[in-house]
Amino acid sequence: MVITNYYLPITQMVAMTSELLVFLVLSLVAIASALGMLFSRNTIYSALFLVLNFITVAVFYLMLGAPFIAMSQITVYAGAIMVLFLFVIMLLGAENLTSSPTQAMPWQKPLAFILALTLTVESVYLIFARAKLDTIITAPDAATNSMENLREMAMTLFDKFLLPFEITSILLLVAMVGAIVLAKKEKAGSKS
Amino acid sequence: MISVDYYLILSAILFTIGALGVLIRRNPLVIFMSIELMLNAANLAFVAFGRSWEIAKGEPFFNGQIFVFFVIAVAAAEVAVGLALIVEIFKTKKNINIDEMNSLKG
Repeated sequence: MVITNYYLPITQMVAMTSELLVFLVLSLVAIASALGMLFSRNTIYSALFLVLNFITVAVFYLMLGAPFIAMSQITVYAGAIMVLFLFVIMLLGAENLTSSPTQAMPWQKPLAFILALTLTVESVYLIFARAKLDTIITAPDAATNSMENLREMAMTLFDKFLLPFEITSILLLVAMVGAIVLAKKEKAGSKS
Repeated sequence: MISVDYYLILSAILFTIGALGVLIRRNPLVIFMSIELMLNAANLAFVAFGRSWEIAKGEPFFNGQIFVFFVIAVAAAEVAVGLALIVEIFKTKKNINIDEMNSLKG
């Protein structure tokens, strides 16, 4: 890569270095917020850390030239889903759950840490050493973020992926009916 | 100079943190959030692969992004049903500790 850098204009090199810098800072934020979500005692804080993580990932989508996905990530994940989570946490008053004194499996936690560490090391090793996926991700240009590109994505979605799209609507309907049935059952039982 | 590897490693780390959350936390709400984190990590890998394919071929390629779109829809459905279940369990048991959910009939 050093050799190819050699004849690049200086502005392009600066752009690439700043891109790497942005990537490193953002990934640090993403990992820190994920760990914060994991280790917060208060569930509300966990949910807010997860919102931060989702927004960071949305910025990654922007860097990868997927503006539509980035916006739906923010509206659906960071907006709708997390609001649902916060509603349920506050509804149940489950901010600080007291953990039961007798754990079912006391050896589970250390084992989980060891296994997760193994999984991380293994996957990082495999990605670096074996996969040889060294395509350079360049920053998206104006064409990638244009309306024309979005139109083309919509054409793909409603042409090639029309059937999965329709199935998704059925899935959402089923989920809606399921949630209503689950929420309603208690009331019907107390009435009869 | 970001290669697609960096995104994959970030995705792997986020996925592992999510898996660890499912294993060590006893609060089902946090476990649900960890599952969302894992889905998100997979989405990041999808978009990164899609982008690398796009750069390699030099033409627009949307399959990765459309997959992510479907995953987001499935996650929304999953959260709606899952949270309804948690609320229902809380109503009957007054407690949502995972260790105490060991019977099928409330």
